Amino acid sequence: MSSNEIKTVEGTGIPLVLDDIDTDRIIPARFLRCVTFEGLGDHLFEDDRAQDADHPFNQPQYRNASILITGRNFGCGSSREHAPQSLMRWGIRAIVAESHAEIFFGNCASLGIVAATADRNDLETLAALVTQNPDCRLTVDLESLCVTAGGQSVPVRIPDSARTALITGQWDYLSRLLSAQGAVTAHAATIPYLNDFPD
Amino acid sequence: MSDTRNLFNKVWDLHSVRTLPDGQTQLFIGLHLIHEVTSPQAFEILRERGLQVAFPQRTFATVDHVIPTADQSRPFQDELAEQMMSAIERNCREFGITLLNLDDRRQGIVHVVGPEQGLTQPGMTIVCGDSHTSTHGAFGSIAIGIGTSNVAQVLATQTMFLNRPAVRRVVVNGQLSPGVFAKDVILHIIRKLGVQGGVGYAYEYAGTTFDAMSMEERMTVCNMSIEGGARCGYINPDETTVDYLRGRPFAPQGDSFDRAAAWWLSLASSDDAEFDDEVEFDAADIEPTVTWGITPAQSVGISEKLPHVSDFPSEEQTLVREALEFMGLQEGAPIAGTKIDVAFIGSCTNSRISDLRQAADVVRGHRVADGVRAIVVPGSQQVREQAMNEGLHEVFEAAGFEWRGAGCSMCLAMNPDRLQGREVCASSSNRNFKGRQGSPVGRTLLMSPAMVAAAAVQGHVTDIREFALAPV
Ligand code: SF4
Repeated sequence: MSSNEIKTVEGTGIPLVLDDIDTDRIIPARFLRCVTFEGLGDHLFEDDRAQDADHPFNQPQYRNASILITGRNFGCGSSREHAPQSLMRWGIRAIVAESHAEIFFGNCASLGIVAATADRNDLETLAALVTQNPDCRLTVDLESLCVTAGGQSVPVRIPDSARTALITGQWDYLSRLLSAQGAVTAHAATIPYLNDFPD
Repeated sequence: MSDTRNLFNKVWDLHSVRTLPDGQTQLFIGLHLIHEVTSPQAFEILRERGLQVAFPQRTFATVDHVIPTADQSRPFQDELAEQMMSAIERNCREFGITLLNLDDRRQGIVHVVGPEQGLTQPGMTIVCGDSHTSTHGAFGSIAIGIGTSNVAQVLATQTMFLNRPAVRRVVVNGQLSPGVFAKDVILHIIRKLGVQGGVGYAYEYAGTTFDAMSMEERMTVCNMSIEGGARCGYINPDETTVDYLRGRPFAPQGDSFDRAAAWWLSLASSDDAEFDDEVEFDAADIEPTVTWGITPAQSVGISEKLPHVSDFPSEEQTLVREALEFMGLQEGAPIAGTKIDVAFIGSCTNSRISDLRQAADVVRGHRVADGVRAIVVPGSQQVREQAMNEGLHEVFEAAGFEWRGAGCSMCLAMNPDRLQGREVCASSSNRNFKGRQGSPVGRTLLMSPAMVAAAAVQGHVTDIREFALAPV
């Protein structure tokens, strides 16, 4: 499906270069009391924002940002997909971090959110650029693996599997899994605990 | 020639349906556990696409996160929680999945009931839309937490795509000193390796310290693998594992059990198994450990003082400063003596019968300090029943603890149990993140259940080794 292809993400950025931002901070647990993901964008970083008027997600100049610049181990903690969902529903399409927590990364992959990594000093450069000029357009380019902004370019990394899936529009993993259902049923017949532990 | 694959790789290979050109494995999932919080949207995806659950008999549901632990009458006072309950009830009914509901004596926290019912077994691949799924690795299974899109994928296909992680053997040898528990071992490991030290790895916990542990202690260790950044953690199955499973409702029975046990034991990593990395600790270096910050790695031994900001590399100092400020603690101050307002004994880390026994031994004959709110929340209805048969609830109640129904409770405060304002909570749970226990500015000190019990009685963080020796 070509409409799913994600080769680049373009837009303005929002800087939040802190480490170990956990999913409880991204979306506090009380907002998990829901049966749909709708409206979660409104509660993104709610408690952090309430305690810090200067939180980037409180600042109007970043309201239309689609690229988050952040630190190490972003999205650690709980497996709640509500975290990337709330970021996505707020408007974030790409997260460039020093590193991402693994479950969080997997959740992003399933949602078509670009989760890329960059060196710390490059992140600081991007954050400084965005802070000085919030209207600056950034481009996260998955083909050339860089972020360009204001005439500068910094390299980014993304695991091959996620990169290929995004570029070719195959991040709808459910369809890909379903295509092998025959093999799955056959495979189940080889697993000892599903077959009364044959000798 | 002997098989030099470690357990992780043996189990992975067994479940690999196919490998994609980009290196991802489509992995068959042997056991899928679901709960009310991360599943409703997944079932919606199935409905939208007109899909069925592929292996409903390999899928089990329970309710734990949002349920109240005091008044459990339906409908719940919290409308949103009630909606989530109705959703999982309807979804399980429509898709043919067994639900261990509130009126079922088998209900409890998903990571407590899986093992308790014998659903969790060695050699399985186990997933659940919950990061502490790593708990089930205690049996020698690959057990990982997943997100809601993955839950939908596993419901619809019983498989998901994963990249094979590297395997690090985390060795701890030696005997734990009195007053030092499994919780301290894992807090110590996370402190030493960092909250992201395990990224890219599955952890095999090995060594005489783990060999000597009961299954419940092993679950406590594996439970917190995720807090160290590892995708999962496991311990090789041995006779302790086999003994635990014998006779459990969903474990194989009769001759099947003997065949199963032989297979389980054959999966263990052999002495010459290969690992991508190895680290080693000495049990003698581990003391009762308490967190002082906002990540599970920010901890110290009870006899130590809080670190100084300048002890950390410059790039970590911002986070350390933020943590001290949020916690209202001083660098260089002792952790012992830190005043607490709330004591919470519960969560999938430490709410099993052995945890409750340890805590009860500490509080027996004592009173909860004035001004401290203390609650005990058993991990499952069966744990609760067992504890009551042993009279533990009377010990707790006599000391001034509240005795509750089974659930996640104040571990993440999605139900009415939560901190108020800046309260400080001594907690046997697994996360001390900002706001984790329900108040955005509430503060959490993680420690073993025995240490929580001692803190409850003293009103401040206390060295269990001194407390337990003191005359009643
Ligand atoms: S007890 Fe806490 S960590 Fe465990 S499943 Fe419940 S909320 Fe998650």
